Amino acid sequence: MEYSLFIIVTPFLLFLLLGLVGTKFKPSVAGIIGTLGMALCAILAYTAAFQYFFQTGKTGEEWQTIIPFNWEWLRFTDNLHIDLGILLDPISVMMLVVITTVSLMVHLYSLGYMKGETGFQRYFALLSLFSFSMLGLVVATNIFQMYIFWELVGVSSYSLIGFYYTKPSAVSASKKAFIVTRFADLGFLIGILILSYYTKTFDFGLLTSDHASLATASMAGGTFMGLSVATWSMALIFMGGAGKSAMFPLHIWLPDAMEGPTPVSALIHAATMVVAGVYLVARLFPVYFFAAPDVLTMIAYIGAFTALFAAVIAITQTDIKRVLAFSTISQIAYMMAALGVSGYGGHDGLGYMASMFHLFTHAFFKALLFLGAGSVIHAVHSNEMDDMGGLHKYMKITSWTFLIACLSISGIPPFSGFFSKDEILAAAFHNQPVVFWTLWIVAGLTAFYMFRLYFRIFRNGERHYDEHHKPHESPLTMALPLMILAAFSVFTGFIPFSDFISTDSVSFHTHIDGLVASMSILVAVIGIGVAFLLYFKDSKKPAEIAQSMGIIYKAALHKFYLDEVWIWFSTTLVFRYICNPVRWFDSNVVDGSMNGLAWTTQKASAAIKGLQSGQVRFYAWVFIFGSLLIAAFALFL
Amino acid sequence: MDFNNFLIMGQEIGLIAVFLILFTFDLIASGKARHWLYPLACLLFAAQTAFGFFPLPVGEAFGGLFVSSGLTVLMKNILNIATFIVFLQTYSWLHSKRIEHRRGEFFTITLVTLLGMYIMVSAGNFMMLYIGMETASLPLACLAAFNKYKEKSAEAGVKYILISAFSSGVLLFGLSFIYGSFGSLYFSDITFTGTDTLAILGFVFFFSGLGFKLSLVPFHLWVADVYEGAPTNVTAYLSVVSKGAAAFALMFALFKAFGTIEVVWESILWWLSLITITLGNLFALRQTDIKRFFAFSSISQAGYILLGIIAGNAQGMTATVYYVLIYVFSNLAVFGVISAVENASDGKTSIAAFNGLYKTNPILSCIMMLAVFSLGGIPPFAGFFSKFFIFMAAASEGQYLLVFIALLNTVISLYYYLLIVKAMFIKERESGAVERFSIDNYSKAGMIICTLGILIIGILSCIYQNIVGLSFGI
Repeated sequence: MEYSLFIIVTPFLLFLLLGLVGTKFKPSVAGIIGTLGMALCAILAYTAAFQYFFQTGKTGEEWQTIIPFNWEWLRFTDNLHIDLGILLDPISVMMLVVITTVSLMVHLYSLGYMKGETGFQRYFALLSLFSFSMLGLVVATNIFQMYIFWELVGVSSYSLIGFYYTKPSAVSASKKAFIVTRFADLGFLIGILILSYYTKTFDFGLLTSDHASLATASMAGGTFMGLSVATWSMALIFMGGAGKSAMFPLHIWLPDAMEGPTPVSALIHAATMVVAGVYLVARLFPVYFFAAPDVLTMIAYIGAFTALFAAVIAITQTDIKRVLAFSTISQIAYMMAALGVSGYGGHDGLGYMASMFHLFTHAFFKALLFLGAGSVIHAVHSNEMDDMGGLHKYMKITSWTFLIACLSISGIPPFSGFFSKDEILAAAFHNQPVVFWTLWIVAGLTAFYMFRLYFRIFRNGERHYDEHHKPHESPLTMALPLMILAAFSVFTGFIPFSDFISTDSVSFHTHIDGLVASMSILVAVIGIGVAFLLYFKDSKKPAEIAQSMGIIYKAALHKFYLDEVWIWFSTTLVFRYICNPVRWFDSNVVDGSMNGLAWTTQKASAAIKGLQSGQVRFYAWVFIFGSLLIAAFALFL
Repeated sequence: MDFNNFLIMGQEIGLIAVFLILFTFDLIASGKARHWLYPLACLLFAAQTAFGFFPLPVGEAFGGLFVSSGLTVLMKNILNIATFIVFLQTYSWLHSKRIEHRRGEFFTITLVTLLGMYIMVSAGNFMMLYIGMETASLPLACLAAFNKYKEKSAEAGVKYILISAFSSGVLLFGLSFIYGSFGSLYFSDITFTGTDTLAILGFVFFFSGLGFKLSLVPFHLWVADVYEGAPTNVTAYLSVVSKGAAAFALMFALFKAFGTIEVVWESILWWLSLITITLGNLFALRQTDIKRFFAFSSISQAGYILLGIIAGNAQGMTATVYYVLIYVFSNLAVFGVISAVENASDGKTSIAAFNGLYKTNPILSCIMMLAVFSLGGIPPFAGFFSKFFIFMAAASEGQYLLVFIALLNTVISLYYYLLIVKAMFIKERESGAVERFSIDNYSKAGMIICTLGILIIGILSCIYQNIVGLSFGI
């Protein structure tokens, strides 16, 4: 399967082409080149997936890890070498399919959505760079390669959020996203260093094989501040994942990241980059489970809490992209929680499988929601719900596909979200009741806020639209991806995921747990029902309820003031007590010594400029006395 | 007579053949045929360069006088590549009015110096090393004075030959001590027992003589004057090829002959590398002429090369060779741009001539930027990797303090390298600044090779691995 290399290389070449000489092409040509390149990538990824899952991937009962390409890049010592390679196993192949599919849809959609924007070529170049980084991340054979691509993903996300760089809010959002995730990545890097210091390897295969015995054995006994070394390293690695995947309290960058173009939000901040953290935990799952089970429990609780927290905020938001952003945080937290409650081996690993399943289905319906929202924004030129309403009759395709996505995310059968969410709830139900009940409530809230969103956009009272700018359905390049993704949202739920993905690479069987399923359907229906009562028609009731909730509503509307907490943390604590002393040190000691050095340099070179007199006899004198000095040094010191 | 000995000297014989063909052609060709001299020289030399990449017989010849190994072949290949790039860059200069009729001389003289350097690298005996060094030095003085109608060039030639003669004297003086102590000049016969004052004196004087070629402080004073006065392409050759050969020869002598007094030369090199890097940097800060500027920059680069030699192990040898390889591409890119600007602006070599170059010649400015970034050691360009490995090598022998000071010095060097970038990209053009111009295709080819080298070699780990396989320690 050597051709899998081209899946990674193609987007990179596209990036080079479009980035370096993109402006030489007409915008539409550049866009089409990018889209066709991505289509090639997708075809290769599908071929690889087909070949892996149906032909070569399985030997006996077990799914094999195939490494078609591994290049030792930098070799420092026998233990320490950084490799670049491609690792194909069920989850990485699945991710290849997800990334290339969503990326292709977004490319196609952007042809219409971004039409006429300045920097159209740059946009496509950056999309290619992002796709390259993300693909490189998921096929990483070792944790260091993953870290390299992890940062590349961060950089390309940064430049795409700040795509409208003339807009101050976009600039600050991109900075916020980059700084917050970089802060988290500091933890990731330290975690990697601790882990590899003890295990003497970066390689995923060695780290996870044989029930992670390498990590367990090499880190046994070491403790730091009361916690074992394994706990420290895995918790720090999780910190990196939590930053990218927007887990509480590092989620603050994701809502702001909606300043980027909407297709970018669909690709990066819904379907691919934000699940990198989930993927990271899944990739190292055996290490978490066997070497640091306490961290896994922590992940479960953080996941459950974040899911609830974000869902509550999502209810109060009025910017449609922000609703989707908080819903994304909530759904990713679902996946994290699922990993957290998972066991290992056979049916015990249900949570792991469910998490990957939900990652898969979520990618499609969430991308669909974002692209649908983009289509709406394209039509009414606003992000605010108050400017929308009654759009159903103007935009049939968008409305129907959006409805499908809403049903899917709410967990209504037979849409895909139902199946994956049900597995997560079932896994939680059997392992951690607290997590289960939290997620159950979140399921209801999800259904409520998604249908609040749907009704307020497409039903409710019609706003007074300008005669000349009646909302209209989007062009085919935008509508087509919506329809394709809708098809994915309907059908992907029927994939027997447990045949393909499991903790120990052996297929197992799952069945729909009747009790859990009926409970989840019940809560979803209640959520939708309440939303229907409140929002299907224009009414004053929601405002009254909001009024009566008083302080709680206000707190949720302001995202529980977490941004303010961070600002307090950064300006008051970090700036005052760390940055100020550092600045003092910098401006006095560092600058001082540099200025001193410059001053000394000036003086010294003024003093010694006679050395460079141009007189050859003087040169000879220095020569001979120099050698004599060295001779004296060699003999007497 | 045993001809096998000559087989081992394959590269030398190839070079002599190239030299003879060009010499003859230069003598007998007349009129139109002379136009073919330049392409012929490039072609023949390209063939000679390619020849080195074929598997060649290695071993010792003439009872150990001459040594050829995988590593010496590689070193000669590096020198060949550098010389080839220099040849490509000389097109405009060699076709200028007052030089045109002496084109052939340039090639023949340069090839002779290169032959000397081959011998330096392959020497297994001090006398052989000395002969190589003289073969390289004397013609270099001619090259420095090649623009003889220019006062500065003539001055450069005279200074070079005087200092060179002086250093030869010191070196020979040292060799006589060594011979007196050991009764032999073969590297393999030199084994120190205890502290032998006479022999150590001999070593110091020998080292001073080579220090001149490598432009170590305090044997560096000629560098600025000669680099400034010599024709720019010759300066490029001096700063890269001549220096690289000296570094290789010094490394072999220290590893093979003086391995037993490693303690002594380690502490000498420790101080010299520190002083060389620092002093080179301090002087570079003040320069206004770009050739003088890079003269001091190349002095400080020589100090970094010592860092690899200090390590005294295989890792250090690898790092040194790798450092020189990357230095070749970076520094020749710099001199390529300088010479292009000089030719286009009627001989301007002040840094001010580069003000606003980006506006008129964006590609050249970008190449210059890449090159100084590489010299300064900014990732991901090749120079970063070479500095990284050389620091690793020094650190592997516990030279943490030295590495730290060298790191501080890279910061200083970044400052003055960025001055060039600032001049090109930020400063406004002054009146009389260089106009938009295009360069000849040979120079373009040279630039492309350098740029590719800067961009790719650092990333291609196989090159470093290849050198690792050939290196040895004390």
